[in-house]
Amino acid sequence: MSLLDKIKSDIVESHVWKSIFRHGYEDTPRNRVMMVTSNVFLHLHPAKVRRHAVRMRFTWCMGGLTFLMFLITVVTGIYLMFYYRPVAEYAYADMKYLDNDMPFGMLMRNMHRWAAHAMIVFVWLHMFRVFLTGSYKPPREFNWIVGVLLLVLTLLLSFTGYLLPWDQLAIWAVTVGSNMARATPLLGYEGPFADFVGANPIYDARAFLFGGGEIGPHTLLRFYILHCIFIPMVASILMAVHFWRIRRDGFSGPSL
Amino acid sequence: MAEAAREKKLPVDDKIHTWPHLVRMEFLVALFVLAALVLWALTVDAPLEEAANPTRTPNPSKAPWYFLGLQEMLVYFDPWNAGVVMPSLIIVGLMVIPYIDINPRGNGYYCFKDRKWEILTFFFGFHVLWIAMIMIGTFFRGPGWNLFWPWQKWDPHKVVALTNVDLPYLVGFRDYTWSAVFSLTMIGLFFVVVISLFYAFVVKVKGKEFLERWGMVRFSITAVLIALMVSLPAKMALRLLFNVKYVLVTPWINI
Repeated sequence: MSLLDKIKSDIVESHVWKSIFRHGYEDTPRNRVMMVTSNVFLHLHPAKVRRHAVRMRFTWCMGGLTFLMFLITVVTGIYLMFYYRPVAEYAYADMKYLDNDMPFGMLMRNMHRWAAHAMIVFVWLHMFRVFLTGSYKPPREFNWIVGVLLLVLTLLLSFTGYLLPWDQLAIWAVTVGSNMARATPLLGYEGPFADFVGANPIYDARAFLFGGGEIGPHTLLRFYILHCIFIPMVASILMAVHFWRIRRDGFSGPSL
Repeated sequence: MAEAAREKKLPVDDKIHTWPHLVRMEFLVALFVLAALVLWALTVDAPLEEAANPTRTPNPSKAPWYFLGLQEMLVYFDPWNAGVVMPSLIIVGLMVIPYIDINPRGNGYYCFKDRKWEILTFFFGFHVLWIAMIMIGTFFRGPGWNLFWPWQKWDPHKVVALTNVDLPYLVGFRDYTWSAVFSLTMIGLFFVVVISLFYAFVVKVKGKEFLERWGMVRFSITAVLIALMVSLPAKMALRLLFNVKYVLVTPWINI
């Protein structure tokens, strides 16, 4: 045995290694299966998949890429959370600090923003691909619905995040988007039939979004919590359902 | 016994090991996309405009790009419709797709020929209507939400004469109540015509037997959703060609 082989076998036969990786190192079919089943991250996948699940021509990789964009926004978002305060007095200044002072701040912020936009584009492409391959047909109907809910949550994540820089673009874009809520029938003070329910400018669907009559510091905090905690948690739960359904029904493909 | 064992068909499958094949593919794609994202993030900076100033509204004030489709719809419909009802119908319509599509073809593979109309409808709703509205809102709208060519300089003082007219007025009605009656008749007629055309179309393209299998419930849901979807280009045509602002005017809702 050469020196390299001896070092390698010393490592992979060691007590430490074997306590971490509970399967052998050689490339055998058994070890290939155990790589997946004994790893908490990889066992999201089945041990064996249908052949076309690997083909980009079939899947376009868009579902996986959407999830990747989500992970990237989470990681970059955690970095941003160290330096950003969701308080109206500090928010804009913190953005300036992040962009110009913090090490890698500009890069992290840019990656966060472009990954977020990319996530929306990828989720639309994923929906289109799933439609074209008919992967919503029985027995996968409910997973399509979970997917539509995830689409809405993706848009809401992006929308709540849009406000956080607290610059002109942020508050006015969110104003335009949220102003539609005041026109909700029954629940918006400028919508039809508002007087039946007693909706008024500080107590209607739009005020519920804003936390008050107008965009202000209360809105910033509210959108921050929605953006960082609430919507990601709901999205994670729905993603778990989404992935579980794929495991249960099998990755869609032509019948054999 | 031995012959039976030999003749027993082994289950056919086209499966391959996740590790290494799928994981390798995912890793390479993730690496490539991550590298592209980092390069993009190094090159193009995220925008940061001046500090928030509630007393100064920018002109134009545009929603995030993915909502620009809805903002563009505000030209043709009131906010309760363009901002609340239609988006809700889009979401509900998307959710309903697996239940109204009973075509067994194309389940898990690409197939245009046997799913032509389903694919074309989705394409029309998503790529044509939704994406086109976003493109218009992004590139063709400037101050005052006036139309500008993408290369034109945005003139904040551009004044466009507002020559809009309501449909009943255009036709000659002057009394509010009779106008409302006329409008409701027209809207009802729109739905009747669109749904009848859709019915005739389904019979011609898919056949009467399909229609029986499809059932009244699925047909109705699909027909109403398609009529509502088509109401957008119809209203756009009325507005752009005839300057019609509202088809129906009531003290409670305008359409």
